[in-house]
Amino acid sequence: MSDSSTVFRREHTLRDLREGLALVQDEAAQALEARGYDDGARFAIRLALEEAIVNAFRHGNKLDPAKVVFFRTQIDGQEAVFEVEDQGPGFDPETIPDPTHDDNLEIPSGRGVMLIKAYMTEVEYRPPGNVLRMVWRKPKG
Amino acid sequence: MAASSSHISVRKSDGVIRIDFVDRNILDELNIHQIGEEMLKAVESEFRPKVVIVFKNVEHLSSAAFGTLMKVNERVKSRDGQLRLCEIPPRILEAFMITKLNRIFSIHDSYELASKSFT
Repeated sequence: MSDSSTVFRREHTLRDLREGLALVQDEAAQALEARGYDDGARFAIRLALEEAIVNAFRHGNKLDPAKVVFFRTQIDGQEAVFEVEDQGPGFDPETIPDPTHDDNLEIPSGRGVMLIKAYMTEVEYRPPGNVLRMVWRKPKG
Repeated sequence: MAASSSHISVRKSDGVIRIDFVDRNILDELNIHQIGEEMLKAVESEFRPKVVIVFKNVEHLSSAAFGTLMKVNERVKSRDGQLRLCEIPPRILEAFMITKLNRIFSIHDSYELASKSFT
């Protein structure tokens, strides 16, 4: 049974960016729809997953084919939790320049983390910064 | 005249280059790279290009797509041209506003309004 009363849990070791992204996005989309998450939530989560997993492969693992990305998710009727862990040295998200600052506005990169923070309810980078935990929670009421 | 790739369609009419997305999702990095290459090719075919990118069919995009749009914008400006974006669905427009890229790009409700805005 896949509805609000069941909890969807998955763990994956992702070895390829495109295949891994397709896998987790498709799984999440189905689990979210079955648990009553609306179009806006599914849009936000899809975008956040895209940014998180691309960052893990590209910036965390530096596209090193010997490295993998660990993905964990738990989705119930109230919240969807995702953890993305790369095998890089980690980073301090506070050191990323604000892409909306006038001086940075025309720089083509650096907006992924900002979009994740804007669209998800909670975002946490765990030390040393190679584990991203993000939550989308349904509004109460 | 119309030319098409697997990801965008490019039409030239009344001196305006109109670019439509074929894909609904502008997420995948490889696709985005190809889209960027196609757009730059279309832009470079003219001096002082007037370009309108139509987002009507787009359902998802990512920060990599923003980066590509900014590169296209720079190339258009370097050729003394003008770029307009139009028919951006509300959720996509919200992402432009979150990143404040609505301050970089000239965004219009319709293709007609966008094409009339060229100076």
